[in-house]
Amino acid sequence: MSAPPIEVRGLVKRYGALTAVDGVQLTVEAGDVYGYLGPNGAGKTTSLRMMLGLIRPTEGTVRLFGRDPNATVAALAGVAGFVEAPAFYPYLSARRNLELMAAFDGDSAPTRIDLALDTVELASRASDRVGGFSHGMRQRLGIAAALLRSPKLLLLDEPATGLDPAGMRDMRLLIRRLADEGMTVLLSSHLLAEVEELCNRVAVLRRGRIVYEGTIAELARGAGTRYRLASTDDARALGICVARPGIAEVGYEHGHIVFSADEQAVAELSRALIEADVLIRELAPQTVTLEDLFFSLTEGDGFVAERAEAAAAVPGAS
Amino acid sequence: MTALAAPSERSGAATGRRPGVWAVYRWELVKLRYQKRTYLGLGASILAPLLLVLAINLRSGAGHGDAFAFSNYLTRSGLVVPLVILLFGAIWMFPLIVALVAGDIFASEDHNGTLKTVLTRSLERHQIFAGKMLVAATYAVFAILLGGTVGVIAGSLQSGFNSLQSLSGTIVSAPRGLELVYASLVVYLIPTAAIVSIGLMLSTLTRNSAAAVVGTLMISLLIQLIGILPGMSGAQPYLLSTQFNAWQGLLRTPTDWVPIIRALWVSALYGVPALIVALLVFLRRDVAGG
Ligand SMILES: Nc1ncnc2c1ncn2[C@@H]1O[C@H](COP(=O)(O)OP(=O)(O)O)[C@@H](O)[C@H]1O
Ligand SMILES: [Mg+2]
Repeated sequence: MSAPPIEVRGLVKRYGALTAVDGVQLTVEAGDVYGYLGPNGAGKTTSLRMMLGLIRPTEGTVRLFGRDPNATVAALAGVAGFVEAPAFYPYLSARRNLELMAAFDGDSAPTRIDLALDTVELASRASDRVGGFSHGMRQRLGIAAALLRSPKLLLLDEPATGLDPAGMRDMRLLIRRLADEGMTVLLSSHLLAEVEELCNRVAVLRRGRIVYEGTIAELARGAGTRYRLASTDDARALGICVARPGIAEVGYEHGHIVFSADEQAVAELSRALIEADVLIRELAPQTVTLEDLFFSLTEGDGFVAERAEAAAAVPGAS
Repeated sequence: MTALAAPSERSGAATGRRPGVWAVYRWELVKLRYQKRTYLGLGASILAPLLLVLAINLRSGAGHGDAFAFSNYLTRSGLVVPLVILLFGAIWMFPLIVALVAGDIFASEDHNGTLKTVLTRSLERHQIFAGKMLVAATYAVFAILLGGTVGVIAGSLQSGFNSLQSLSGTIVSAPRGLELVYASLVVYLIPTAAIVSIGLMLSTLTRNSAAAVVGTLMISLLIQLIGILPGMSGAQPYLLSTQFNAWQGLLRTPTDWVPIIRALWVSALYGVPALIVALLVFLRRDVAGG
């Protein structure tokens, strides 16, 4: 079996006292469209810089198709992408910028310039100086520059950030198309919504650590179902919920008790409530949006703390 | 499937031509063509001899040419003009001109954030470094040869393509004088190369174009200052600024090779460590930010 496109082990990057990336493990398989998620400052760009050999890891290793990008640029054969906003020489035209990069790529890269410009719909602006380009045009030119290398693996750092809604949609369609053509893609984002329909796998990063790794479906399932309960005596019901095993993250929102539990625990809860002479007015499962989940993963204990606070606000509860 | 799709069973390392230093060199020259500072430096090296010739013209027109031995010397042969430019250009003009490009060539990549762009293609860092270094050197050579050539032409038009008096007092024929002028320009390039190296070092260290350009000029001026401090005359032969006078050995009969040979090793003493620092910094640095 050939080496996977990306294999990251125990990756750490420290800047003085700050640990920007803290023990990241990651495997991206061929054909994956992999979402690398996390709020601003989570360490996404720093990770990608290490993957591209731009900065040296403090600890740990990166392997692209089995090769170390920090040892030789030859490890980037078949790999392309950008970190943060793609940068160009502002005094050169878009085409000249691409010609320069193609010359630095060697091989047959120069023959792909026109096609790459077409793909990102910049052919008509090719002879304009990049200095006058909008953010969105630069993002697209960044993709064109990556395509010159005819990559098998594409690393994109927040490619849709800063684009207007139409630009974001175009960027998603473009990435989808490239993935369908057989490219393995890793793209970072601070918005789950931006990548959820694109990615088959995601890692969620929080303060340099991966707090979730897997499919989006598993991520949704891992949320556990949340329930909403209204009763004839919410204060007592809340006490029962908190005390019962299998009932978690109990809170009080908009006149309802909310909690997470599996079906068995819910069934047992309903009997416990009735035995305690608390009658159920409403008991219904609630869907948790992925966005909520992402929020809970990246904000950490904030999620739980908020609910504890809410619980304390219930009249009569102590 | 379009041609943009991944070539299935081709590993990049195994395919076709790998680009090299030559690609960097060529494209750094293209970039120079599109930047204002390039023309600022070249303009200065054209303008200096033209202004000198204009001054000679005004002075001789005013009729007090004889009052001043030096201007007398200047009006005898146009070949003297480029040599005077070399003499005074060493103080700050040529160091500034070559620093304009050498000090900028790495720092501008930081300014534009393009280091990450070029370092994620197929060239090793040392190849990028070599290409940039060669272009900074090429620019220095070009600027000095240009200034010298403009001096020869403008000077000859003003004062004639005449024989020249050597520093030992002997008379040198005009064609032989022309050879000596170009040989002097070449000897002048020896300490200039050290200034270029210092510019490259500051460019990688400061990551700031203005700081590197000004810094290079300051170092060059400071070295001259050491030479005029009381009690420092013993250090004079080993100062970089002194090596800018080595070409004068060519204008003596017989040719005095001592200052020229010293210029070679003294300039290397300044230039080589600076170049090594520049290379190591560039090879090891983190490309973060931008
Ligand atoms: N060159 C640097 N020097 C010091 N701190 C840095 C540097 N680059 C990034 N950081 C810090 O590392 C953390 C992660 O940054 P980054 O990787 O850019 O996050 P993200 O891309 O997820 O927004 C941040 O706290 C940031 O301030
Ligand atoms: Mg970032």
